[in-house]
Amino acid sequence: MLSVYLPVFLLLAVAALVAILMFTLTSVLGPKKPTPEKLLPYESGSNTTGASHLRLSVKFYLTAILFVVFDIEAVFLYPWGSMFRELGWFGFVEMLGFLTILAVTLVYAWKKGALEWET
Amino acid sequence: MGTWELTFAAILKILFVLLVVVGAFAPVLVWAERRQSAMIQDRLGPRRANIPLPRGLVDLMAWSLRPLQMGLVAGFALAGACIALLAVMGLFGLESVAGQSAESLYWGVLAFAGLGVLSALGYKVHRGIVDNGGNLRLLGMLHPAADAMKMIWKEDFIPPRADRFLFALAPILTVVPAIASFAVIPFAADLHWDHLTDLVHHGIAWEAVDGAPTLSGEAWERWVATAAAQGVAVTGPSIPMQIASLNIGILFIFAVGGTGVIGAAIGGYGSDNKYSLLGGLRAASQMVSYEVVLGLTVVPCFMIYDSLRLEEIAAWQFEHGWWGIGIPPLTLAAVLFSFAAVAETKRIPFDVPEGESELVGGYLTEYSGMKFGMFFTGEFVEVVLLAALATVLFFGGWDVPFLYEYGFDLPGSWELSVPLTHWTIGDVFLIEHWAVIAIQVVFFLLKVIVIVWLQLMIRWTLPRFRYDQIMALCWKGLLPLSLLNILATGILVLLWN
Repeated sequence: MLSVYLPVFLLLAVAALVAILMFTLTSVLGPKKPTPEKLLPYESGSNTTGASHLRLSVKFYLTAILFVVFDIEAVFLYPWGSMFRELGWFGFVEMLGFLTILAVTLVYAWKKGALEWET
Repeated sequence: MGTWELTFAAILKILFVLLVVVGAFAPVLVWAERRQSAMIQDRLGPRRANIPLPRGLVDLMAWSLRPLQMGLVAGFALAGACIALLAVMGLFGLESVAGQSAESLYWGVLAFAGLGVLSALGYKVHRGIVDNGGNLRLLGMLHPAADAMKMIWKEDFIPPRADRFLFALAPILTVVPAIASFAVIPFAADLHWDHLTDLVHHGIAWEAVDGAPTLSGEAWERWVATAAAQGVAVTGPSIPMQIASLNIGILFIFAVGGTGVIGAAIGGYGSDNKYSLLGGLRAASQMVSYEVVLGLTVVPCFMIYDSLRLEEIAAWQFEHGWWGIGIPPLTLAAVLFSFAAVAETKRIPFDVPEGESELVGGYLTEYSGMKFGMFFTGEFVEVVLLAALATVLFFGGWDVPFLYEYGFDLPGSWELSVPLTHWTIGDVFLIEHWAVIAIQVVFFLLKVIVIVWLQLMIRWTLPRFRYDQIMALCWKGLLPLSLLNILATGILVLLWN
């Protein structure tokens, strides 16, 4: 079983090697000439004011929560999808119930304004 | 087959994928994109990288122009003469003409036409170099290489108040998952190692030369029956043309590829810059939203193909002789998938995370040198990955129209009046096993190129969307549509059964 995953680990190792090679080359070969102006956060020429960690819109957090809900739904649909013919109408109706609950979730989030970005 | 041989085969396949994707696709994609934008804006674009060649070589090339011209004319003239002789044979029903048999004339056409084409190519290349002042330019294909060199020697800037660990980790986390996701992409059917030069059909292999009769007009079915009696069952190791054949299949791509979000997010977070932070957040928010849609649009594929394994999905389309895009629910799925794929790779028209009119460079603002280049490598590799995934799911993977395990077999039963070689029987053109696999690999790559090119066309055609439009399209448009598509597919599949 584990031997099936051996090539995957090999590929991961090779990919990591490529990434680390690129990374190391540029940090070793690239020059480093810091000047006070260069070290400032780049904001198109104007001086930065305040901390760089802003207060963020709550929309981003809502999107993250919705992502968790719906991505788990998607992953739950995968084994069901690949077993679909064997489960037949019974499985279809069962999944219909599950999807209905999630559709209600989406409608609720929609009505509550969680999907609005204009304001 | 022992563990060592399997490991060796895996290493070869990994090198092949790396060479094709990172070594060829990503740089050529960079070049094509810049060249296309230059053509639109009437600029010179990426074609100025020259390699000066030694004086003597250039003189030799200048001298060779005339012989190459002569070779061009002579090659095509002789090929034409061979064709004329063949026509005379066909018209008068002669066995041979001027002491030449049909077979040798066929080879003559091939050889002389080949000479002509090669001379033409050589002339074009030499002419280009001589006209360019003795510099090798190759259409500007050297530009991506020059760019990579330049990026490596650029200043490696780290903002003083940045989170050094996250800042360094972000580009690595963008490149590694994008490359690693290729582990489960199948690029050809299984290779039967012991039957490379045999003909293979339905688990039976027979020696190519002995099995193929030289007669034309013999019924194909009768021939297959005879050959099957002469052939032996396929034995020995069969090597999957895929780095790893995992039972979770496509789930692996979403699991590993999904970590790419973290790269963009922590890159923006660790840069100590307001633009970076906003860009990183936009990237994270947009990518997770479209990941849901991407995940849901492919569920109808599993319901129809009955498997999560990508090699089985490709094989299903090969056996049914019908690509996924031609099955109604999957046509819609393919359209939704293409939207989500462009958005997932954060490219125009969905490139607000790095929209320079609003956020300077987005989460890339503080990155320089090859670290900046790594984000781009990751992006382009991801474009190729999603194109390959779309190819497997909707465009038949490595399936080539009319190519079967034993060779090309055109529909119908018309027969060629003259046997081209002893490889043809009626309308069937027999091909050895290794060549069939090679054709499949090439065709798979061609399909990927076409899809990637479509993405480029989208990039230079559409203007950038607003952020609220992007999120509304995802949550209010694509997500409900993909859920409805799953239900519709379910009903259709169950009614068909």
